[in-house]
Amino acid sequence: MALTLADVHRIAHLARIDIDAEAAADVHRKLEAIFGLINELLAVDTTGIEPMAHAQDVALPLREDAVTEADQHALFQSVAPAVEDGLYLVPRVIE
Amino acid sequence: MSSEATGTIAELVRALRSKELSSVELTRALLARIDSAQGRLNAFVTVDAAGALLQATAADAALAKGNAAPLTGVPIAHKDVIMTAGLRTTCGSRMLANFTAPYDAHVVTGLRDAGTVLVGKTNMDEFAMGSSSETSWFGPVRNPWNTDYVPGGSSGGSAAAVAARLVPGATGTDTGGSIRQPASLTGICGLKPTYGVCSRYGLVAFASSLDTPGVFARTAEDCGLLLNAMAGHDARDSTSLDRPREDYTRDLGKPLAGLRIGMPAEYFGDGVDADVAAAIEAALAQFRKLGATTVAIALPTVKLSVPVYYVIAPAEASSNLSRFDGVRYGHRAERYTDLLDMYKKTRAEGFGAEVKRRILVGTYVLSHGYYDAYYLKAQQVRRLIADDFARAYEQCDVIMGPTAPSAAFKVGDKADDPVQMYLNDIFTVAGNLTGAPGISIPCGFDRRGLPIGVLIQGHYFAEAKLLNVAHQFQLATDWHQRAPAEVSE
Repeated sequence: MALTLADVHRIAHLARIDIDAEAAADVHRKLEAIFGLINELLAVDTTGIEPMAHAQDVALPLREDAVTEADQHALFQSVAPAVEDGLYLVPRVIE
Repeated sequence: MSSEATGTIAELVRALRSKELSSVELTRALLARIDSAQGRLNAFVTVDAAGALLQATAADAALAKGNAAPLTGVPIAHKDVIMTAGLRTTCGSRMLANFTAPYDAHVVTGLRDAGTVLVGKTNMDEFAMGSSSETSWFGPVRNPWNTDYVPGGSSGGSAAAVAARLVPGATGTDTGGSIRQPASLTGICGLKPTYGVCSRYGLVAFASSLDTPGVFARTAEDCGLLLNAMAGHDARDSTSLDRPREDYTRDLGKPLAGLRIGMPAEYFGDGVDADVAAAIEAALAQFRKLGATTVAIALPTVKLSVPVYYVIAPAEASSNLSRFDGVRYGHRAERYTDLLDMYKKTRAEGFGAEVKRRILVGTYVLSHGYYDAYYLKAQQVRRLIADDFARAYEQCDVIMGPTAPSAAFKVGDKADDPVQMYLNDIFTVAGNLTGAPGISIPCGFDRRGLPIGVLIQGHYFAEAKLLNVAHQFQLATDWHQRAPAEVSE
C-alpha cells in the first residue's frame, strides 16, 4: 500500500490543511518513512482477535437525562476570533 | 533560603508547617530561580508571579490558622496542555498562542484544593506530539544537565523545571512516554498512573484512549503526594474510573523481600546504549540486594508497540484536532477566499510540521479503504500486546528495563527524522496501549554525564506498589539527590 504524492494532496484536503508542492514533497518523503514503520503491522496474523479500543473494558456510564450545565455562551465565545449577537462569524457560505 | 527552597515536597510541607519557611518566601525564591533559568532552559511558556504570590499569601494565612490542606503553600507548575482558568494555555502551539481557557482541568482543581501554589505553565512539544520538546512555537526546552541536549518530551518543560529545582513538582501528560521519557532524560521521577485514575477533563485532547495525566517530582514519595491530590473519579470524563479513593503513599516502607521483577528480553537487546544497559543492570543488582528476585519474561509483541501507536495516536489526533478550525477559538488566518480556504490556511499556519504530519497520517489510516487495514489491525495488535503483559504478570509483580534506549540526544539531532524520534519511546509506548502504570526513576549517568532512568512498570492500579518499589531504591541510593551543576545550593 504505497502512499503516493497524490494521496498526500488528497489527505491534506480531507484534513483541511493547505499544502504547497514543495511542502507536499517533503511530507511525502517523511510519511513514506513513517509508513515503513507502520507497515510492520500488516504481517501480523490477527485472525479472530477482538480489537482493543480502550485500556479498560468498562461500559460507558449513563446519567439522568437532566440539565446539568449552566448557559455560559458569553464566556465560551469570549475566546472566539469573531462573534456577533452570540453567533460565531465565518466567511459567507451562500451568496 | 535558596537551599531550603529547593527541598522536596515532603520537606517543604514540613518546613511550611513548622513555620521555618513561609509560602511567600518560598514562592519568591522559586520565582527568582525560574527568572534566572528561563533564558537558558526555556522551561516555561507563562509565569504567573503575581497570581502565585496571591495564592502563597492565602496559603500562609491558612497555615497560620492551622487549617492547611495536605500540600498548602507548595509551589508547582502545570504542563501547558492542561487548562487553567484565566491563565493562558498554549499547548506550545501558534494555534493557541493567545488561548485562555474558561475553566480548570480536574487535576488542576484537585491540586489547588490540596493547597498548591501555581507558579506557571511549562513548555512542551506542540500539542504533546514529540519526544524532545523541540517543536514548541515558543522555542525548544533545554536539558539542565547540559543545555546542548534535549530534556525529552513532550513534557520537557515540566521535567526541566523539576530537575533544575525551579519547582519541587509539576504535572505532565503521557500519551506515548511523555512523562516517563523526559523524567529519565533529566534525572527525576515521572509517574504515569493507570489510564482512568486521573480525569482527562480539561486536558487539550491529543489521543483520547492514551492520554494520561501524571506527575514529575524528585522522589517517589513526592509523586505519591501529588497523585493523592490529582486522582479521583470525575463524571465529566466518561473514561474516569469510579473507584474508592486511595492513599498512594500507603505502601511506602514495605520491605521488598519476595518482590518478583520481570526482565523482558526485548528490553535488554541490541539498540540499547551500553551505558544505559550497565546502569539498568546495576539498578537490578541493587533491587536484588533489597530482597527482590528477577525472572526472565517474554513480551514477544512489544516490538510492535511503536507501529501500533503511530496508527492509533495519529488517528485519534486527526479527529481531536479537527476542532481547531479558526471558528470557536485559537488562531484564524488573516487572508482567505472562502470558508474552506479559511479552514485550510488557518490550520496550515496554526500547526507546526510534526502536528500536521500526524494529522495527515491519522487522516490516511481512517480514510475510506484503509480503516480495516490500518486502524482495526492496530487495535487488534494492541490487544495482543495487552495480553502479553497480562501473561507476564502471572510470573512477576513488576517489570523493569530502561525507560529510553539512550540518554538525552543533542538539540536538532533527530528533529528532521520522525522515525528516529518515534523510536525513542520504544519502551514506554506499550504502557499507554495497555493503560497500565509506570514510573521512571534515576539510576545512573552515561559517559557524557547525562542521566539514565529505570522504568518500573506494574499491572493495572499498581501505583502504590510502584511508588514503594521506587521509594525503597531511593532509600538505598542517592541518584535522585544528584543535581545539575547549574543548581547552586
